[in-house]
Amino acid sequence: MLEDLGTIFIASALINNFVFSRYLGLCIFFGVSKKMETAVGMSMTFTAVMVISAALSWLVYNLVMLPAGLGFLKIVVFIGIVAGFVQGADTVLKKINPTLYHKLGIYLVLITTNCIILAVPVISSDEKYNFMQAITLGLGSGAGFSLALIIMASIRERLELANVPKPFQGMPIAFIVTGLIALAFLGFSGLITV
Amino acid sequence: MQETVHPDLLQVIIKSLALMGGVGAAFGIVLAYAAKKFAVETDPLVELVRAALPGANCGACGFAGCQGYAEAVVKDPTLSPGLCTPGKADVAALVAKIIGKVAPEVVPMVATVFCRGDECKASRRFVYEGVKDCRAAILVAGGDKTCQYGCLGYGSCFKACPFGAISMSPDNLPVIDHEKCTACGVCVSACPKSIIALTPTAKKVHIRCSSHDKGPVVKKACELGCVACGLCVKGCPEGAISMDNFLARIDYEKCTHCETCVMLCPQRTIEDQIDPSKETGPRTKLARKEDAGGGSEPADAPAAKAAKPA
Repeated sequence: MLEDLGTIFIASALINNFVFSRYLGLCIFFGVSKKMETAVGMSMTFTAVMVISAALSWLVYNLVMLPAGLGFLKIVVFIGIVAGFVQGADTVLKKINPTLYHKLGIYLVLITTNCIILAVPVISSDEKYNFMQAITLGLGSGAGFSLALIIMASIRERLELANVPKPFQGMPIAFIVTGLIALAFLGFSGLITV
Repeated sequence: MQETVHPDLLQVIIKSLALMGGVGAAFGIVLAYAAKKFAVETDPLVELVRAALPGANCGACGFAGCQGYAEAVVKDPTLSPGLCTPGKADVAALVAKIIGKVAPEVVPMVATVFCRGDECKASRRFVYEGVKDCRAAILVAGGDKTCQYGCLGYGSCFKACPFGAISMSPDNLPVIDHEKCTACGVCVSACPKSIIALTPTAKKVHIRCSSHDKGPVVKKACELGCVACGLCVKGCPEGAISMDNFLARIDYEKCTHCETCVMLCPQRTIEDQIDPSKETGPRTKLARKEDAGGGSEPADAPAAKAAKPA
């Protein structure tokens, strides 16, 4: 059981890293990786939202949708669940912990319609994961995304000072760097043989 | 043909509607409850103050963006409403009115570059091939300019300016656009040589050098550097100029724009930014003095200069 969860965690964080292997969530990845501070804030918010929305979606999918034979509606319902949950978290956080809200509030809105957040419940329903496995997948994906963001932010902070040829300055060089990191992440592919 | 709806299909439609409606209703109720229960009471004044501020988020006030300053200034009764330098006196008065404080007097300021040693006036000690940024260049033996106080010309201030008020001259010296400059002070802290300072906008005569080196050293390094000859100190009728460690400095409170020092400076370090084509106050006064034939000793020279470009 525990071994199984470990496999899911490692697989989703490294081998099937959402940014470098599945090429999802690139808009946020490029958007907030300019500064380390925002990258760390985004990573934390992202992981938290991912785990909770994975759990919520699992509950709704397995307890309501599957018994009613409405599996085909999952994408629409998952979007609704994530958006609703993020909105609720936004409201509650504002009251309970204004400091945390000021740090993470701006990222919460960005997350609402993010593709990784949607991908996690979809994958866990496709793979017919149980509840613990779904949460582990959320946690692993969050860790993988955080890793990607933090690696990218540290590289981009240095790129600011590097002597990049004019046509490659800004986004182009960021894409090239991402491609190189993705190539490096390919090295994880043999880590676990399922 | 007889059209019939398959009973299973009908059931699926009904179930789908129920599910979507249920999810929507559940979240609606929860969110409505949360909005009520966790409602945060915000001071409407904060929103008003925020709207009055320029919204450039430059940080000149010392807070994290305009929102931060708006919250702090409403909350703290002792905080001055005049901390927004880009907004100048207008914004200070508006903010003070909204929150019922007394507007302090805001002297309009502008950034001034205290160096004239551009590419052709000041020599370089070595060829610097590193990152084209002053903050990087200064790490290599204090920069490549011979004058250790002078502008490096790699444009850190130009890149830092949030208002696009700084441009680099063809000879790599920053030029401040007085129209666009809001005196936010971002360039002042961006310059590793500390040659940019905020000066009152109304004062147009500046000793544009930062070198504390002795005369011969300055002369070797730069054509336009202050050699601390002291002519301006002696010549200033207002006693506004003093010598501070081999560098002449103007006391802007005392300066009356008589331009005596501009005429006296052998190095042309002292720059007079008054537009010669415009008939500004002190200049016309001097010209009038000259016309009346009662031109005093120091007034003669500037009057002659005023007549020249005409």
